[in-house]
Amino acid sequence: MATLTAPLIVSSRAEFADSYTLSRYLATGGYVALRTALTMFPEDVASEVDQASLLGRGGAGFPAGRKWSMLRKAPLSYLVVNGDESEPATFKDHYLVERDPHQLIEGVIIAAYALQVTQVFVFLRGEFALGLERVQQAVNDAYEHGALGSKIFGSNFSIDVVVHPGAGAYICGEETALIEALEGKRGFPRIKPPFFPAVTGLYGEPTVVNNVETMSNLPWIINNGGAAFAALGGGRSTGTRLFALAGRVKNPGVYEVEMVKNTFRDLIYDPQFGGGVIDDGAIKAIIPGGVSAPWFGPELLDLPLGQDEVAEKGSMLGSGSIVVMDETTCVVRAAWRITKFFSRESCGQCTPCREGSGWIERAMYRLEHGEGRMEDLDLLLDLCDNIAPGLTWPPQMTTICVLGPSIPSSVHSAISMFRDDFIAHIKLGRCPHD
Amino acid sequence: MSHFRVDIRQRAEEVLGLYPRARSAMLPLLHLAQEQDGYLSDEGIAEVAELTSTTPADVRGTASFYEMFHLEPVGKYVVGVCTNIACLLAGGEEMLEHASAFLGCAVGGTSDDGMFTLEESECLADCDVAPCVQVNHRYVRTTTPDAFDALVGDLRAGRLDHDVPAHGTLIRVHRSGGLRAPRAEVASQRADAQSAREARANEESK
Repeated sequence: MATLTAPLIVSSRAEFADSYTLSRYLATGGYVALRTALTMFPEDVASEVDQASLLGRGGAGFPAGRKWSMLRKAPLSYLVVNGDESEPATFKDHYLVERDPHQLIEGVIIAAYALQVTQVFVFLRGEFALGLERVQQAVNDAYEHGALGSKIFGSNFSIDVVVHPGAGAYICGEETALIEALEGKRGFPRIKPPFFPAVTGLYGEPTVVNNVETMSNLPWIINNGGAAFAALGGGRSTGTRLFALAGRVKNPGVYEVEMVKNTFRDLIYDPQFGGGVIDDGAIKAIIPGGVSAPWFGPELLDLPLGQDEVAEKGSMLGSGSIVVMDETTCVVRAAWRITKFFSRESCGQCTPCREGSGWIERAMYRLEHGEGRMEDLDLLLDLCDNIAPGLTWPPQMTTICVLGPSIPSSVHSAISMFRDDFIAHIKLGRCPHD
Repeated sequence: MSHFRVDIRQRAEEVLGLYPRARSAMLPLLHLAQEQDGYLSDEGIAEVAELTSTTPADVRGTASFYEMFHLEPVGKYVVGVCTNIACLLAGGEEMLEHASAFLGCAVGGTSDDGMFTLEESECLADCDVAPCVQVNHRYVRTTTPDAFDALVGDLRAGRLDHDVPAHGTLIRVHRSGGLRAPRAEVASQRADAQSAREARANEESK
């Protein structure tokens, strides 16, 4: 059974139909944390976040406080919020921007105050039409309410927040590609070093890029203290986290659970969450953290939902998305479709990613459609090894960004876990699930 | 002579005022150009180039990188059906096939009456209502063929005009006012923060 003792930190308002309005936000304690923060020294606000040990919720899981400490002494700098959620089967930022945009904006202002940044760009995925409207409305209301603009809430702090729509490109979730897009260019990731955003970011200035969910945690942390946040969870994984559960489960959805105290099994089977597999089938595999992550078999279902716990088993909690595949799932088709996605979304700068994704996609297509050969399996593994030598996780880098080395995860997982399924496709000359 | 309508031109100029550099307004301005014409026309691209002090070739080269920008005319409704992993497991491919047959157009094509353009989408981040369908980037949450057919009927009859604006109109809530943290104020705020830091450092060292 799942452990449900932790408070809801970022999804507490979701039950209200008008959760996205300023009036509901104010009626449920909204903008109190910001008023508190404005009475504190900026560096004390930052140290609360440090104390919370808040790990970034975008995918890489870098400690937010440490990201900030790189920026704090810089003379001119920007805060950019990454709301370009595009990792397949991840839909928790979508949930936050539509249902609680004021919580996001309050978190953003708190962060900006801690960093003494006066211009913030909130970059939201272009496909979030409603989310863009809700966040823009929240920004308009926050100006009206005195939480944004000149000398907010009578303090000496002034700040502007600009909502910036993306236009459909997975790669813009990568922070340096996002910065390029924000500069009005194609979303080509930058080479690091030297282009670490905290050193050389937007317009060459020091820039912090934080995820939507990371920002949404800040009002609670200021209201309750960093120590209270750090008391939740376990190890390096503190607090709660939103998990997007999808695939072959009875109740797919976004669920906020305490980190480490719950397992994959809890999330998938507890009636409060996933409620079990559709038709009570058996789990074949899960993808534990977005399609970039290597897969797990059912023997790892009792693994706690913690960043290090999952990393120790050779995968990642990543973007907080969990996909359940059961006995009805064709894993060859699943891995092929994921590769097709990467092939479509590769920005094309680096050869291993641009060419490799297309080669793997074509070989996988052939296998799934009954035209594969036995030697294709070794060929595929060789291709994968060329993109991410050694096929470890985290991967060896051969490209500017991590998109390329993420391509092999699903194909390598599928071949090593379900080789017989591939052989069945080859021998039958068609997909056994067709 | 501006190609943009008066209201679009005015919003474009407001958008430009929000960024330290004009080129940063590229994506929002392209969305505005698409709002006016339903796609990126040559005239729209030329105007964005003028507004961002770039060239039409540069604008086109940027726009073509992004899935949401259409360089050729599309239907009033662009229907996106997701077939990525979560939707694949929920019949996304079958939904796309159905949509293609029902609308009478290939994936990537436009129906004969010019009303609908059909696309195969990548993950649209609504995976608990799978397979996911968006029309003009609004979630319509039709997960069965029957529901999809009914939706198309409603769109054709104009019953959803309020919920689903014509293709190109992305954000109907506009920013009220420009930037309000004046540069001079920001400079003095930084100086104040710095002296507060120093005062505290002195305090602590005593």
